[in-house]
Amino acid sequence: MSTSTPSEIKADRPVTPQVLEASRPRKVRGREERGRAAALASHGILIVASLIALFPIAWLVYLSLGPDKDDYLHPGGIWDKMTLDNYSFVLQHTNFFDWLKSSLIVSLGTTVIGVFAAATTGYAVSRMRFPGYKKLMWVLLVTQMFPIAVLIVPMYQILVDLQLVDSYLGLVLVYCATAVPYSAWLLKGYFDTIPFEIDEAGRVDGLTPFGTFFRLILPLAKPGLAVAAFYNFITAFGEVAFASTFMLSDDKYTFAVGLQSFVSEHDAQRNLMAATAVLIAIPVSAFFYLVQKNLVTGLTAGGTKG
Amino acid sequence: MTVAIDRATGKRRGDRGPRPGLGQRLRRGYQKHWYAYAMIAPVAIVLGVLVLYPLVYGLYLTLTDANSLNTARTIGVNHIDATYKFIGLDNYADILWGDTAYDRFWSHFIWTIVWTAACVALHYGIGLGLALLLNQKLRGRTFYRLILILPWAVPTFVTVFGWRFMLADSGIINNFLGTLHLPQPSWLEDTFWQRFAAIMVNTWCGVPFMMVSLLGGLQSIDSSLYEAAEMDGANAWQRFRYVTLPGLRSVSSTVVLLGVIWTFNQFAIIFLLFGNTAPDAQILVTWAYYLGFGQQPRDFAQSAAYGILLLAILIVFTSFYRRWLNRNDQQLAI
Repeated sequence: MSTSTPSEIKADRPVTPQVLEASRPRKVRGREERGRAAALASHGILIVASLIALFPIAWLVYLSLGPDKDDYLHPGGIWDKMTLDNYSFVLQHTNFFDWLKSSLIVSLGTTVIGVFAAATTGYAVSRMRFPGYKKLMWVLLVTQMFPIAVLIVPMYQILVDLQLVDSYLGLVLVYCATAVPYSAWLLKGYFDTIPFEIDEAGRVDGLTPFGTFFRLILPLAKPGLAVAAFYNFITAFGEVAFASTFMLSDDKYTFAVGLQSFVSEHDAQRNLMAATAVLIAIPVSAFFYLVQKNLVTGLTAGGTKG
Repeated sequence: MTVAIDRATGKRRGDRGPRPGLGQRLRRGYQKHWYAYAMIAPVAIVLGVLVLYPLVYGLYLTLTDANSLNTARTIGVNHIDATYKFIGLDNYADILWGDTAYDRFWSHFIWTIVWTAACVALHYGIGLGLALLLNQKLRGRTFYRLILILPWAVPTFVTVFGWRFMLADSGIINNFLGTLHLPQPSWLEDTFWQRFAAIMVNTWCGVPFMMVSLLGGLQSIDSSLYEAAEMDGANAWQRFRYVTLPGLRSVSSTVVLLGVIWTFNQFAIIFLLFGNTAPDAQILVTWAYYLGFGQQPRDFAQSAAYGILLLAILIVFTSFYRRWLNRNDQQLAI
């Protein structure tokens, strides 16, 4: 409007809103005023996407109700003979609770060690500049992209030498190597959001740097710590390659390995496998939904602050 | 105090006051940094012992002919010493140029590149589309969001088995295709369809992360920018092209890099979907694992050499990516 005067606006005619409206080159549809069709299309796409996201899991749940191991081939038959027998069988006659124990030991061990190591480092790189800072950040970044293939062979050899193959400790140590660098990034991002004035106030009041960290920053960083802990937990819980290689006796399998053991070359107990899968998935995904909002914020906060 | 806490900028604030003497500076330097080092000590130890040492040891293994028959092992009470020997760079030469190098390395290499590019493109494209849909005022969008992140919430090793049931020869997918009188590929046996299935499953698993990250990015774009664009008469496509995409750039560059790294290293999906039955659908990571642990005798040296090559590829890619971003005045977030 400021640069060119539309031809409809003449000096001899009064400028009314109608004239201005008519003089606009075209109607631009705003973001808020979408047509009905657009809203319907959005809903349609989202519903299809939701169905795709939901279906494989719903299918797994449905199959877990079928009593026979080949029911997945004729799923229509399951409707008539739905039963929870698979679940009671899995809970009573398989190593389910052994696997649960292994998974919890390994995951919680990784979480505790990983979060502790990552928290101090995250704080150090968030607040302090010291010779070697850049190198440390670079190492943390590169470690995140280590393919498992780089470490798995030497780790295996080292664990054999130390006789730590098939022990929880060995697996926890291996997982720490993969989980700690990322947690440190995550926590650095969170510590960056805590005002520096708090540290300064603590120092002025006579706290040592460690005192500042343990008494002031750690309590404030609880949400961030929870996110890092959760990240470590699901990383360790869902890891497949190391667990499949390093755990040899079937009462020490984690869930990721135990679930594979239902399908061997000779026999495939798919109904039991589906039931076990559902039993694993329910608590983990419930937990996930509780913390997912923080997880995402943590991921992007750690991501957007260099 | 401001000396110790540098506000994460790496630059000191304000004047530093008069320059102290040498002895005092040394003491200050020590006072300033000793607790920083003490605090990174746990990670330094963890990384040194659990990453650096295995890496160096692995590098050494790649220069030998170690396999499960000549490494040190304990059978019952008998301890057998290692007998493998140093053979220089022969492993690398054999992988890259040796006989049948194409079948063993290059075909997997090409497939890995295709796999990574296809998966990341699909993740990003679908993720962005869904994020845009979820970013509008829409009834029930919280509900959609909760359902759409379900593939991320359930552990991968669980969902892959769900897919295996669906993709089986007379599983639900082929039954469905059959009722539509479409061809029913054998998803888990035929190489092309194995690859197709792997990309499909990985896309299904990976879209939620992209969607949620990009949604976070979209919500952080200042809405006054859109208002300004509307005032200037920009249509929907122009608003997307000139406001949304630039606003997403920093999130995008980070999640694309993470996506490339994760997809390139994706082990669980292919390993669990096919096991050892699909030599041609193995990407380099799973192939290296197969060489080291999936066959007898286990070829540790070659497997470790594949690992080192993979790491080299990733590091080269990342440095180029960073340089490319820097050229475009882009700061990589991580």
